[in-house]
Amino acid sequence: MGPKIKHYAAQLSVAELSGIGVLPITSDNAEITIEEAYQIQLENIKRKVGNGQKIVGKKIGLTSLAMQRLLGVDEPDYGHLLDSMVVENGGKVLIEKVLQPKVEAEIAFVLKEELRGPNVTGIDVIKATDYIVPALEIVDSRIKDWKIKLPDTVADNASSGFYVLGGKPARLSEIDLELIGMVLTKNGEVSNTGVGAAALGNPINCVAWLANRLADFDISLKKGEVILSGALSAAVEAQAGDSFTARFAHIGHVSVHF
Amino acid sequence: MPNQEYKKIAEYLVDAEVGKREVIKVTAEIKPDLTVEEGYLVQKELVGIKLAEGRRIVGPKMGLTSQAKMKQMKVDEPIYGYVFDYMLIEDGGSLPLHELIHPKVEAEIAFLIGEDITGPGVTGAHVLAKTEYVLPALEIIDSRYENFNFTLPDVIADNASTSRVVFGTSLKKPEQLELDLIGATLSINGEIKDLGAGAAVLGHPANSIAMLANMLARKGEKVRKGDVILTGALTGASMLTVGDFVSGKFDGLGEVTFTVKE
Repeated sequence: MGPKIKHYAAQLSVAELSGIGVLPITSDNAEITIEEAYQIQLENIKRKVGNGQKIVGKKIGLTSLAMQRLLGVDEPDYGHLLDSMVVENGGKVLIEKVLQPKVEAEIAFVLKEELRGPNVTGIDVIKATDYIVPALEIVDSRIKDWKIKLPDTVADNASSGFYVLGGKPARLSEIDLELIGMVLTKNGEVSNTGVGAAALGNPINCVAWLANRLADFDISLKKGEVILSGALSAAVEAQAGDSFTARFAHIGHVSVHF
Repeated sequence: MPNQEYKKIAEYLVDAEVGKREVIKVTAEIKPDLTVEEGYLVQKELVGIKLAEGRRIVGPKMGLTSQAKMKQMKVDEPIYGYVFDYMLIEDGGSLPLHELIHPKVEAEIAFLIGEDITGPGVTGAHVLAKTEYVLPALEIIDSRYENFNFTLPDVIADNASTSRVVFGTSLKKPEQLELDLIGATLSINGEIKDLGAGAAVLGHPANSIAMLANMLARKGEKVRKGDVILTGALTGASMLTVGDFVSGKFDGLGEVTFTVKE
């Protein structure tokens, strides 16, 4: 499988650089497993780190029942956040740097202690969290027309694009994350609303899931890392000229422009 | 159309409610050209029948307040109906299913109005200034029409599908909360069925009452002091079956529950 991993990783890498989406890996190789898909993801991350990029955190995807049903899966997936993906609050995403972007509003966790699975619980996550902030994630797919199955998005770094942190950092002790409300507006109009419970019942559960899943690869969540815990509402398509703002109860707002 | 005909349609709908059976929508056979204005004239007769029976109005309720529902019904204004005293269920109480046809539940924020609000020109800010308290609620809607199949004038005539209401007991002053950012979850037997934030209601629940005051003003009516008003659903509507334990949880406003009995 080694050469194949490298082959698919290279395909995705070319797609990212050229801005031209590729056919799903699963249409070329229906047998590909989730574990192999993560190896493809890691191959590209290693290459980027070799080129001087830094891993600054992780993102969790497929945390809503709706998304899991859409892809026919019963667990989330994850990807890596690199320093090259950061956009300042209120900043711009250059449209030529993305293929088919969509925007999601999420809660970001910043850790003050390492979290290493297995057996990480919600309480461990609360203890290890320095603060939370509102985030916008710009998801993007290097697979043509978002025709993804689970292995496709996993191999493609969980369809990560860019992310924006905003608002005011808040301690978890002050907020009931299960019921935190969010409204996402596009060009001033409400696109959708969401609640913390949309992400596996509570965003804290998502971070615990990730710490435990990463234990399978002998990877931990590290002190200082940013964890995007999963979308609170459906992803909204973005085009050049669009502006997005997500306002959250208790923790402020975050904006991005295209 | 003479008032007598609106009254006949109102009686048709009241009979369906009392007899607990679904009926064919008004626009199917009885009056295919029923307009929105006429729908409200039927509703007025329906309200009159209930008042004549000694029922008391608790307050108006708003419907079709979400973008999704407005698009589905192709309208740009919400609708209203009225909640009566006999529709109230205590928080933590039980809903006897045999009293209803095919009920569904939604999570909402209710306003207790402290001063009369007279349109036109009312905004959400006016409403907040004249609101005594906000409180959480679960609304049980139960269209009298087959399979919830109706046009806009039909649902207006049917008192906006109003059926039962459970008000929570946690009252808050509106200035203590950011009502558009309040998150709510609707669970049945511990499983989250749907969720949403206050902004799902016309951008802010207070906007819903502002629109109500402005709509009532066209008929020389107003929002009244003491009204308890349901502002519209934060979540989708979930079907109910016997044995269901229903819980609405609201950020900063606590929980509202009821159980579905036979």
